[in-house]
Amino acid sequence: MRFVDEYRDPDAARLYAQALERITTKNWTIMEVCGGQTHSIVKFGIDELLPPAVTLVHGPGCPVCVTPLELIEKAIEIASIPEVIFCSFGDMLRVPGSSKDLLTVKASGGNIRIVYSPLDAVKIAIENPDRQVVFFAVGFETTAPANAMAVFQAHQKNVQNFSMLVSHVLVPPAIEAILSSRDNRVQGFLAAGHVCAVMGWLEYEPIALEYKVPIVVTGFEPVDILQGVYMCVRQLEEGRAEVENQYSRTVRKEGNIAAQKLIREIFHVVPRKWRGIGEIPRSGLGLQEKYKSYDAEVRFGIAGHSAEEPPECISGLILQGIKKPGECPAFGTVCTPEHPLGATMVSSEGACAAYYHYRRTKH
Amino acid sequence: MDSESKIQGEFVCPVPIERYATVLLAHGGGGKLTHQLIEQLFLPAFGNSLLEERHDGAILNVDSGRIAFTTDSYIIHPLFFPGGDIGSLSINGTVNDLAMCGARPLYLSAGFILEEGLPMDTLRRVVQSMKLAAENAGVRLVTGDTKVVDRGKGDGIFINTAGIGLIESGCHISPANVRPGDRILLSGDIGRHGIAIMAVREGLEFESTIMSDCAALSDIVLSLLATGVEVHCLRDLTRGGLASALIEIAETSSLHFEIHEAEIPVQEDVKGACEILGFDPLYVANEGRFVSFVPANDAERALQRMRAHPLGNQARIIGTVKSDNPGLVTMQSRIGGTRVVDMLSGEQLPRIC
Repeated sequence: MRFVDEYRDPDAARLYAQALERITTKNWTIMEVCGGQTHSIVKFGIDELLPPAVTLVHGPGCPVCVTPLELIEKAIEIASIPEVIFCSFGDMLRVPGSSKDLLTVKASGGNIRIVYSPLDAVKIAIENPDRQVVFFAVGFETTAPANAMAVFQAHQKNVQNFSMLVSHVLVPPAIEAILSSRDNRVQGFLAAGHVCAVMGWLEYEPIALEYKVPIVVTGFEPVDILQGVYMCVRQLEEGRAEVENQYSRTVRKEGNIAAQKLIREIFHVVPRKWRGIGEIPRSGLGLQEKYKSYDAEVRFGIAGHSAEEPPECISGLILQGIKKPGECPAFGTVCTPEHPLGATMVSSEGACAAYYHYRRTKH
Repeated sequence: MDSESKIQGEFVCPVPIERYATVLLAHGGGGKLTHQLIEQLFLPAFGNSLLEERHDGAILNVDSGRIAFTTDSYIIHPLFFPGGDIGSLSINGTVNDLAMCGARPLYLSAGFILEEGLPMDTLRRVVQSMKLAAENAGVRLVTGDTKVVDRGKGDGIFINTAGIGLIESGCHISPANVRPGDRILLSGDIGRHGIAIMAVREGLEFESTIMSDCAALSDIVLSLLATGVEVHCLRDLTRGGLASALIEIAETSSLHFEIHEAEIPVQEDVKGACEILGFDPLYVANEGRFVSFVPANDAERALQRMRAHPLGNQARIIGTVKSDNPGLVTMQSRIGGTRVVDMLSGEQLPRIC
């Protein structure tokens, strides 16, 4: 398949692996930020091709994983209201709240629909004027433009029975939170290609400068990731700390200006709690005052949920690159994808789930 | 003869079935309407001497030997999809289960659970499709049953079919017979059925229509067995896809299967749909594909025989059976890395981004 096969080419992968071997003289720890990259690394066995001196640790870039528990609780509560049609991306349905998940609500009669685009939820609202249609708007900057467009269209078409439960998160504040941690061991980053396709990479330049870390905007296919790691290690070996773009077929420095304009029209920056990490200032998006009437939390008066994570879960340390899944005593024993204890086991893109699916060997 | 049956038909059925545009509760009540359904829809479609005896059950003459017996229920939404429908699926699925035992499928039963209000035309189309699928697979439908449930308590049509087949060769096909060193053969490209259904169900539009691979596998399997190749195990790929089929056999046989991603054919449009939806084709449903386990020295001969059949022209040797890591399936990725192929925790769900 064009635009996929060439980035999964074994010869190209081998060339980058050999080039990395040649330039690596010291131990380096690099974090890939995005869950999609983590998934590719483990699925294709990319880390097996790297020199032993290069360690990849997995970042907080799985939107399903970092959605806070109390928001899942709110989603479950709204989805259980009889007149509500609750629309969500598919992989949010299995994320456990403290006692159940959205799939269980569906099984008990909740009207829950998987949609592929938030605009489908607006369409459902237009088709069902006597129902309240709520879209679960999660994700990083990648999904923000489409979610913003849904609110924009609903507003233009005066679709009053549409609202959104918003839990948007932003990448740069999460990178800064990791770099500011006393336990940080990350020396270079692979930034998430699709986030940068929307936002560009200008906002990463001050981070590279302040914390003296190379940041390479990287794609998701095996050859992309190997090239991204190569570019990052080359900077580290040469003592540089710059923002470079591996994913040049998709990402421009300034990003997608029209998408950014739409995001700013609908959303503003808010503090956001991250599952497994805690609250990070200015790390999320919430609806602008002008569009507050589309906020499902306001519309349904849902607030004040608090939920506790199991104490044995170390997903916070994993999301910050401090530990790897295999270092957790609960991994694969009391914590499995069927009964996840925490953030990184709940979604297929979470680091623990990826290791469980692709790396677990039987004893 | 024609005029006789016409007269008889008129006598039995003063109100022709055509008068009923939809299925009524009474069509499952055992009275006149049930009889009309049998006389005017099922018998003309499936008519054979055994069915026409209209006994409580069919009395079958089978040659001495081993018999394979299986049953499966079919619920699918939508009832009609590119490349098949619930009718062809209900015949082929059960035929395939028999074929995987190395049996020649002979007789099927069919149990219909219809929802009140189902358009009679829909039922007619499904029955017609079953008739064609049965003829194609060389099986006879010899006994059946119909029930009707209240509107809202079914999904149009549910069908159960059970089947009997005769094992003619001396083969012993079972997961327990898989041996270290065996080669794993896959009969063709994977993932088409699941994506075809998904596309219709979710209203996804692709440039081309993806057709289900729904087909009866008995002919290709019997032709493989006829070569004298020592087939150790067969398994058709259904709901859980290639991955689940292999994991089940690996666990039952306590052996390790090592497969190669580059050898597994996936049609371009299926690959594209999977990329968009975030699905792994290894876990997507199939209805006309199977894997076979044969000794290494028979593998090439088995491959050639499978490729000579229209349903196996894309057959490939995709892997090898090993004795280390019992119960594990591993896959070598295109770029040379290795990963475990694990059983899915639930249904595959489309990803956020």
